[in-house]
Amino acid sequence: MNPLSVVVRTVCDLFAWFMIVFGVNVLLHGYVTPGGGFQGGAIIATFIAFLLVAYGGRRVASRVNDRLFDLFEEVGLLVFFILAFLGLPVTFFFNFLAKPLAESAGGFIPGVGTVALMSVAVGLEVTGALSLIILTMHRGIRMFRGEDLEPETGHDR
Amino acid sequence: MVKKTVFVVAAILLGAFVIGAVDGAHPFGDPGAAPMDDYFLANALNDISAENIVTAIVFDYRGFDTIGEAAVLFTALTAVATLLREGRRKP
Repeated sequence: MNPLSVVVRTVCDLFAWFMIVFGVNVLLHGYVTPGGGFQGGAIIATFIAFLLVAYGGRRVASRVNDRLFDLFEEVGLLVFFILAFLGLPVTFFFNFLAKPLAESAGGFIPGVGTVALMSVAVGLEVTGALSLIILTMHRGIRMFRGEDLEPETGHDR
Repeated sequence: MVKKTVFVVAAILLGAFVIGAVDGAHPFGDPGAAPMDDYFLANALNDISAENIVTAIVFDYRGFDTIGEAAVLFTALTAVATLLREGRRKP
């Protein structure tokens, strides 16, 4: 995958980070607005795809650390399962942190309780999983082409 | 011969159960289980102060589905990583 022109790279430098900001916004406010864990995670994972398209595979593969996304995936899934199991004295997936509407004002955790926390956890998991899938599939393309891979050159370098 | 008879009887029994199950199923095209929908709409906001009832259903009332979705994503990642891992021998 060759890097694209300087225009695309500059736009990527300027605006790619706002994808992460928007994704985190969708993810954190999933319990109020449309969106949630899956959608926010998918938006954040778009960042990696955008970097791959704009900068080419070799440069991204040398900079990006897979273990970070591994960690995201594991922590997200574990937090999700643990929150589900913590409600087990009543039922699986019992919302043990939720408060009724009358007394839900204030507090660090919103009144919906585990819904908000699980949304963030699933968002982490989706971010890690989709980013890893994109990176691994790209690496697979390079692997199957063999050694006669042409050097990655863009339009201007 | 005995084996054949057993199989035929079992097939007839199974067919009867299937026909009975299909007959007793909810009619197609008829929005079913309206009491459950009404329960969500009436009680989600007051009980767990969920402003967004869709998220409340996805992560609380039917969280078991969400575990399945997360498992699907995890399985997809495992499959991709298994197929395309590095250090694979050349064919």
